Amino acid sequence: MIRAVMVMNTQGKPRLAKFYDSVPVDKQQELIRSVFGVLCSRAENVSNFVEADSIFGPDSRLVYKHYATLYFVLVFDSSENELAMLDLIQVLVETLDKCFKNVCELDLVFNYSKIHTILDEIFFGGQVLETSSTEVMKAVEEISKLESASNSINLVPKSVSGWRGR
Amino acid sequence: MAGGVSSSSYYSSSIMETLFQRTLEDLIKGLRLQLIGESAFVSKAIEEIRREVKSTDPHTKSTALQKLSYLASLHFHDMSWAAFHVVEVMSSSRFSHKRIGYHAASLSFHDDTPVLLLITNQLRKDLASTNEFEVSLALECLSRISTPDLARDLTPEIFTLLSTTKIFVRKKAISVVLRVFAKYPDAVRVCFKRLVENLDNSDPQILAAVVGVFCELASQDPGSYLPLAPEFYRILVDSKNNWVLIKVLKIFAKLAPLEPRLAKRVVEPICDHMRRTGAKSLMFECIRTVVSSFSEYESAVKLAVVKIRELLVDDDPNLKYLGLQALSVIAPKHLWAVLENKEVVIKWLSDEDPNIKLECLRLVMAMVSESNVVEISRVLVTYSLKSDPGFCNEILGSILCTCSRNAYEIIVDFDWYVSLLGEMSRIPHCQKGDEIENQLIDMGMRVKDVRPELLQVARGLLIDPALLGNPFLHRILAAAAWVSGEYIEFSRNPFELMEALLQPRTSLLPLSVRAVYIHSAFKVLIFCLHSYILQSESMTSSFPDNLVLGVSELVLKRNMLEGSDLTTCEAPSAHCSEGFNPSNQSYEDLSIENGGDRTINHGQTSTPAFSENIFTYDSIINLINQVELALGPFTGSHDAEVFERTRHILCFIELIKGEITECLVQKGKTLESEEMKASKIIKLISDAFSEELGPVSVSAQQRVPIPEGLLLKENLDDLETICADFQVPASNLFSLGSPYYGEEVGVSPFGLQNKEESEPSNEATSLLTEHRKLHGLYYLAPEKNEIVGNDYPPANEPKLQVNPKNDTEDLVKLTVQSLATNKKPNHAKTRPVVVKLDEGDLVTITAKRPETKDDLVSGAVREVLVGSDTRTATSQRNPSDKSSSKRSKRKGKEKLNVDCSELKENLGDSEKLKHENPSSRKNKHSINGKERRHKSTGKIGEEGEENGQKGKQKSSHRHARHKASHRADAPLNVVSQTPVIPDFLL
Repeated sequence: MIRAVMVMNTQGKPRLAKFYDSVPVDKQQELIRSVFGVLCSRAENVSNFVEADSIFGPDSRLVYKHYATLYFVLVFDSSENELAMLDLIQVLVETLDKCFKNVCELDLVFNYSKIHTILDEIFFGGQVLETSSTEVMKAVEEISKLESASNSINLVPKSVSGWRGR
Repeated sequence: MAGGVSSSSYYSSSIMETLFQRTLEDLIKGLRLQLIGESAFVSKAIEEIRREVKSTDPHTKSTALQKLSYLASLHFHDMSWAAFHVVEVMSSSRFSHKRIGYHAASLSFHDDTPVLLLITNQLRKDLASTNEFEVSLALECLSRISTPDLARDLTPEIFTLLSTTKIFVRKKAISVVLRVFAKYPDAVRVCFKRLVENLDNSDPQILAAVVGVFCELASQDPGSYLPLAPEFYRILVDSKNNWVLIKVLKIFAKLAPLEPRLAKRVVEPICDHMRRTGAKSLMFECIRTVVSSFSEYESAVKLAVVKIRELLVDDDPNLKYLGLQALSVIAPKHLWAVLENKEVVIKWLSDEDPNIKLECLRLVMAMVSESNVVEISRVLVTYSLKSDPGFCNEILGSILCTCSRNAYEIIVDFDWYVSLLGEMSRIPHCQKGDEIENQLIDMGMRVKDVRPELLQVARGLLIDPALLGNPFLHRILAAAAWVSGEYIEFSRNPFELMEALLQPRTSLLPLSVRAVYIHSAFKVLIFCLHSYILQSESMTSSFPDNLVLGVSELVLKRNMLEGSDLTTCEAPSAHCSEGFNPSNQSYEDLSIENGGDRTINHGQTSTPAFSENIFTYDSIINLINQVELALGPFTGSHDAEVFERTRHILCFIELIKGEITECLVQKGKTLESEEMKASKIIKLISDAFSEELGPVSVSAQQRVPIPEGLLLKENLDDLETICADFQVPASNLFSLGSPYYGEEVGVSPFGLQNKEESEPSNEATSLLTEHRKLHGLYYLAPEKNEIVGNDYPPANEPKLQVNPKNDTEDLVKLTVQSLATNKKPNHAKTRPVVVKLDEGDLVTITAKRPETKDDLVSGAVREVLVGSDTRTATSQRNPSDKSSSKRSKRKGKEKLNVDCSELKENLGDSEKLKHENPSSRKNKHSINGKERRHKSTGKIGEEGEENGQKGKQKSSHRHARHKASHRADAPLNVVSQTPVIPDFLL
């Protein structure tokens, strides 16, 4: 099972963090920090695996990929395949790219909600549920449509309409 | 900004809030501007959110919650206070709000969130919604926060969704089952069949989800899922989806070891996949499956090794790394695979990627054997000099670990190994002080033949003043000092060693190490004096009179009466041990004297330095003066250990100083009785010191029966709280309120660390002494403790001190016998004898076999799969057992048993508990409890609270589960029965 998905920039600022075990927030911060501590010390062109037992406890593995200013990190246990997880990071990035057209760090910064929508379509309770970025995009678009529809039904807030109706 | 405007009371506040509320985007922009610093900005924003979230307007409320979720998720602010608002927003009819609410819930709710009780109906409603995205939200939330109650209440809804036609929802419903089963095992009875039906589904998404679920379930208890093997087999052969195949392979990796017929059948398709697939991930999974679970299928392994080779020579560092990992998995069973790739492995030892280097190092160590250990270690040590500190220590650590494995199994030439340790200690980056310390001492105790060389190495380390400045070496120096004291009889020049032990730069050492130095100096002194006496006794010549010294001695002696008390207290204890076995003692006396003579003779023949005149009157007096001078300042030491030991040695000197000169001067004359006294004391102490220290069996403590009236709880939690209280005052207690204590800590962080480790044992020592008063016979003789101190493993001499009157006589006999048989040296090889104790010495604690715990999920799964006939096999609990008092009793017993069985695993005890059967469980618990109670105590004591806590956690976990089963009022069976696999597969 997948235990955590993290995206952080090369300064160590978290841009996305989702833990599938219940982890208290301060512990989350600590984990992200220690992951960053390991990642930033690694050279380019080395393998994408990090031995994570010391950070996440026994039977945990970590793969990461470095894109431009961002690290994409997946933490998982022995029921996942390392190379498949690397592919999955690729899927995630591809999906983001489709969604934001040439995705950059700023897109992640300003689209908190949308990124979580994407994430929730790919991962579900620590399981990989969808590996095709087109399928993910389909669902994400549907959800966005639904969201804006539910907002436009009542573009003017109830309290305001009530006030006008007087 | 909202903060300022909303205070105006012109309009309804909710309108203002809505119109001027900062959106999440505003918040992010503000954070990025960071005009007033991030933390200030965030706390201001939180304040705002606290106000806005109370708004009656759903839009304002949900926006506030969204901002809060953002801050919780990426700025790590607690949002548990908003739990009730989360529930409110979740129940909004508008999808966008609902989504925010659900997101916040899955982010912030946990098992103890009180409002969880309020969301059951909301979830139920949304699970039944016609809008698949609403259903999806509820499922997603459930997969994160489900509790036993939620899982129980919502099982019917999940069951319905498992066969919905909407793929989008169905795959999520399948996945959520995992969490529901974990929380509410009885859901298995309802949902399992439908879950299995999904294995036949042709939709790849559904299949991926359901195979993923089974992969997780099977990793917890593979045995229960054997009946489903045909289904998995079909998927393995038919599926084209790599994700699905990887998961199925993982399932088979778990199932195959349980059922050889299955393995035989599956191995071929796996090899097919390995050959054909273009996807590296699938290929690697096939390789891993073969090397980990099909290692007895020669052809499959060969194919896998060919493929591993492909990975190893690939340019992609990831593939290289995984290839190396696969090799290290296969190394224990098929070393040839590693040897075949030896060149590659050694080449990549210098790769730039630390992962690859480390993996190569492991493989190199796997190749180490008796014949090549010298060569490989040489290469690695040289290499470590060139590598960065981190990797250097990895190398040293793995050499140390490999060479010491199984009581130095692969070492033939111990002299070489000891000098290698000496060499390692001098490597600048070496931080393996603790390990080297342990091994130096351990070898000293186990391997008799290595002691002379050991002493040489220790000497080399001790006399080098440069080493004293390196804090990483302090532990090694402590070991060297101990060795030099303990095996001083092999020294060519004890005076030189004494000088090294007392050199001024020892002030750089932490106090705990200095204490060892001082005590070793004591031993060296005793040795010199004893040799001197032996030598002078054998001499016929007499010296000119010197009455002045005799007088001053008498005066001194009177002054130091207090001191002599201290010193002589060792002598009677030596007498004591003599008293128990006089014949043995006298024999030892003889041998020691002979030994002493032999060394002297040896010295005479081999080195001129150790001629008869080395222990001259002058040299001895010089030695004594030197010791007095060097140790004088320590009488004011604030460290208890240092102070105590210094006092011992100084008082001893005062006691014998005069007499030693006297006895030579007045030999055979008027003061003969005085002379006898001094030399007798020296002889006695020397005897005490030359008592050989042996290694201690790991299980030695368990063999000591618990004295009656001693209450040891299974659970040492109370102790932990006590110790926690003690931690702070203890350091003061032992430093005697030193004003300089802080300073000293600053100088030597190692000293402090060591102190903290030894303090709890000091606590224990005081308890021990009390027990010793009552049952002293089962503990080490007091003078032993004195010698060894807290820093070293105490000697184990169970052959002494057997009290025949004790009622536990039999057990002790057993101990003696087992030790005796195992201590027998094996002269088969030219290799020196390594004293090994019983199997307890060697069995590593890590060898924990996967527990076949009575998992409720798998119990239910078996029941569903195999049919209900197994139910009859399990005895239902007695009706009387259900009364609450009995139940709690049972729990207690069970808890005890958990500890015991864990212990049993750890110890590798030959005694075996029969496989537990729920029907006979009740009776057995009591028996087991009694039988093993005494064993558990020592273990827990040794392992410390950590272990105890673990045990407790585990047991409490089990209790929770039992509670669940009680509530369901349908006790599950856990019969370990090999499930029937349909024959068409096999």
